[in-house]
Amino acid sequence: MARYAKPAEGSWTEHYPDLGTGPIPTEDSISPEFFELEREAIFKKAWLNVGRVEEVPRTGAFFTKELVVANTSVIIVRGSDGEIRAFHNICRHRGNKLAWTDYPGEEIRGNCRKFTCKYHMWSYELDGSLSNVPQESEFFDLDKDAYGLIPVHCDVWAGFIFINLAEEPEQSLTDFLGPMVLELSEYPFGEMTERYAYRAEVGANWKLFMDAFQEFYHAPYLHGGQTPSKFTHMIQEYGFEAPFYKIEGPHRVVSTGGVRGEEQPIDMIKPIEAKLRSGLFGPWEHSTAEDVSVPGVNPGNADPWGLDSYNLWPNFVILIWAGGWYLTYHYWPTSVNTHVFEANIYFVPAKNATERLAHELACVSFKEYGLQDANTLEATQKMLESKVITEYVLNDQEVLVRHLHKEARDHVRAYRSELEGATS
Amino acid sequence: MSTTLLPPEFSDLEPFAATWCLETERERFAQRGVSTMDDMQPFYDAAIARLDEARAYLDTRDVHELNEQDTNLMHLLFSLIQVSFSVELWRQARIPDTGAAAIDLWLEAPL
Repeated sequence: MARYAKPAEGSWTEHYPDLGTGPIPTEDSISPEFFELEREAIFKKAWLNVGRVEEVPRTGAFFTKELVVANTSVIIVRGSDGEIRAFHNICRHRGNKLAWTDYPGEEIRGNCRKFTCKYHMWSYELDGSLSNVPQESEFFDLDKDAYGLIPVHCDVWAGFIFINLAEEPEQSLTDFLGPMVLELSEYPFGEMTERYAYRAEVGANWKLFMDAFQEFYHAPYLHGGQTPSKFTHMIQEYGFEAPFYKIEGPHRVVSTGGVRGEEQPIDMIKPIEAKLRSGLFGPWEHSTAEDVSVPGVNPGNADPWGLDSYNLWPNFVILIWAGGWYLTYHYWPTSVNTHVFEANIYFVPAKNATERLAHELACVSFKEYGLQDANTLEATQKMLESKVITEYVLNDQEVLVRHLHKEARDHVRAYRSELEGATS
Repeated sequence: MSTTLLPPEFSDLEPFAATWCLETERERFAQRGVSTMDDMQPFYDAAIARLDEARAYLDTRDVHELNEQDTNLMHLLFSLIQVSFSVELWRQARIPDTGAAAIDLWLEAPL
């Protein structure tokens, strides 16, 4: 029996008729050919979030982003005019990687006055212009103005830095995000600067891990051991239902109900949670961020509310918890069956030890769950590659899984048509 | 000169300090991974019994300006959080169903 009202069509899935209700193919998670097309059709066309403005707080602050999926590396830097710019991380002389230390494949961050290539000392200003070439007169009519760093489209929304690798993006960032995501514009992300950053190499297709965090049907089962047995039995009996799903363009949202920690019977929570008044859902005491009840937050009016998970096309998730803190996830493909998973947790900075300990418990809880998810995904990938099954069935609580894979297939199909159109 | 790692008020936890006053989550997670339940249970029992007092004590300090002993105490409590999962849930150091997975916390909020 449904606890929450569903759309008039009878289900969230049927509310979006293009999604269908039948089984979906597994091919897009295991086909090397499909993955090669995803590079072009998805990752070289979409706006990609690469970080936040707090990571480049002052003139000359920069970081590099390895984009294996697009065969490039990008430098993000704040210029002396305050602008944040992005450039391909390549020297215009003979193509050496420009910003790196010790290990060419590793990302770096820091502060600099200019970027200087290790190879022949060509140096570039923060705005990308080429400013110095040793033995310049040995070259043949070298026009330095023509050899600045190659820019990458870069724009900022709500403090999130996005890049677009297309020569000319099909949409502005604002048009790409669309009204549903833009509703979050006023959320006080900028106040939540106590950051914890995680990185994992996962042996699964990037979309499979996104799936694990865009449905919660699995939570009472895969993570059943994470809670006292009485609580686990209760949630396994009731199952999981979300009060709200929304799909707009290539983006999707799920919002969930929550719990009020202080109202939970003592045998439903762990001793450490009772002591520190925190857990997976975060500190019981809500953060002191200015105003977290902006439009777009708790869109289903759940009471108590748990979280909103905004899944932005293609690989970026903003997960806002009721307690006034948030996480981001990024899934960076490295091959058809591997990706780098990044998670960032952001709190309003702790004002005392009690708050810091509550944050620590939330972070450690997150990792305990995340490890179980990551490990399971490797098991899924391996068996999908057996092709013993070639499609899978999805229930209504997995509507966002259905949507993600449909979007990927649609983008690849459209790109294929473009290619055929270009050659016919 | 003080020779203890922890503030004198928490001298009863000193036997655990050398093992568990670890600055980074990487170190705390790794220490949990190489510990047995016989290592962790006594630490958990002793530390959770003093948790309320330790927290109240630390709350009288500026959490961003802790001295060395207070910082050690904070790190000891972070380790208590780590081992609580093994003691309260798993009854083993290892998190079940995580054999092939690793998640690296490469940046954490400094104290």
